[in-house]
Amino acid sequence: MKNIIDINIYQLLAAYVFIVILLLIVRKRGIKREKEILISSIRMTFQLIIMGFVLVYIINNQSALFTLLIFIFMEVFSVYNIYKRSKVELNLKIKKAVAISMATGSLISLLYFLFIIIRIDPWYDPRYFIPIAGMLIGNSMTGVALGVNKLVDDIKKRKDEIEMALMLGATPKMAVKEIIDNTFDSAILPTINSMVGMGIVFLPGMMTGQILSGTSPLTAIKYQIAIMLGILGCVAITVILFLQLGYKTYFNEEAQLMVE
Amino acid sequence: MFKLEFVKYKNILDIDYLEIQGDKITCIVGESGSGKTTLLRLLNKLISPDKGEIYFMERTLKEWDTIELRRRITMLPQNPIMFNGNIRDNLLIGLKLSEKPLVKDEKLKEILELVNLNKVLDEPTQNLSGGEKQRLAIGRILLLDCDVYLLDEPTSALDEGTEVKVMNSVVEYIKSKNKTLIVVTHSKRIASSFGEKVVEIFDGKVKV
Repeated sequence: MKNIIDINIYQLLAAYVFIVILLLIVRKRGIKREKEILISSIRMTFQLIIMGFVLVYIINNQSALFTLLIFIFMEVFSVYNIYKRSKVELNLKIKKAVAISMATGSLISLLYFLFIIIRIDPWYDPRYFIPIAGMLIGNSMTGVALGVNKLVDDIKKRKDEIEMALMLGATPKMAVKEIIDNTFDSAILPTINSMVGMGIVFLPGMMTGQILSGTSPLTAIKYQIAIMLGILGCVAITVILFLQLGYKTYFNEEAQLMVE
Repeated sequence: MFKLEFVKYKNILDIDYLEIQGDKITCIVGESGSGKTTLLRLLNKLISPDKGEIYFMERTLKEWDTIELRRRITMLPQNPIMFNGNIRDNLLIGLKLSEKPLVKDEKLKEILELVNLNKVLDEPTQNLSGGEKQRLAIGRILLLDCDVYLLDEPTSALDEGTEVKVMNSVVEYIKSKNKTLIVVTHSKRIASSFGEKVVEIFDGKVKV
């Protein structure tokens, strides 16, 4: 197989033409998004450059400590990102629920994926550990972020309905069942939908990367199928864990709804 | 049945002593904002007092398991919510949520008749008027067979004629089952015709 064509710095710079086109469009139409577009392109560039160097270093100097540090960094960053992106105000208890569910859910899925499905050796092999952790954590982050917004919003909006159920003798769990079910459904829906178009129009990033680097498309597909299933499972576990911990923060030990 | 001692809740309610007997129909009256609904919510343990004790059957509410207590003391809010589905679903939901055995359609029809609601069980609730929803909600809690019924303005959306009719049959039904009824109302007519004991709340305090 041919080696991958390396792109030089000028070729890479040429890719920024796409951003220039976008900037021209928003400026001409008076859409106020220039600042965000610029900031996100710059952030993306620098984050990836730094990550590239970090990965080169870590792959060349494999150690359990580095792999774990990167994993912890990803978790912390994703949790922080959920807090920041939340459109609703989050109290300390619900923030704790986010952190616990993200850490537990993604760790369980990651361990299963790496040690039962791929069976990597050594266990901290950064070539596998880091990109797979990134995909699982990143997708869970999106799912939990959706879940947080909807749960907090729905509990506040449907306060009267929850209290009505409590008056009828429901436990808090029963009183919020429908809200939890709907929230879970909307949080995992994007992941389910993303599987539908896969392989027909859209070749996912990981698979594209593997094919470009010379891996047989058949191997790449096997990885892609496994990772898609892993992502779906990981999103489902983190979101349901979050919802189970999250709704409880709205009730006290006397089964009273604590929403002003 | 209930005893309140030095109960204080925020700056809404401040009751030194109040006893509510189980065998008498109690009407709680007072201007809006005087704290009537808050009193019912305290009895249903939807909220807890900041100070003081509330006793139900000689035990403080703190000692009662909340869910068990609410299955004995049910409450009908002023604007009852209808859940998705038809009349049958909305009647049965109370039984489902309180984990009590479900009943057959005949029993549901009886209850509809009792609350003067002439509708079929399959009718979707979104077609119902405010007054019809209110009667359906009364029917829903009557099915629960609780010890105590706390009703907050149960007939506010009904016209005069229906109000008396519905209240008559509800009172009769609850009395025949030896249950306790506590009704918050701003209607002097209801208080004077049905209240065997009338408690007036004024600015968060019981008016003696």
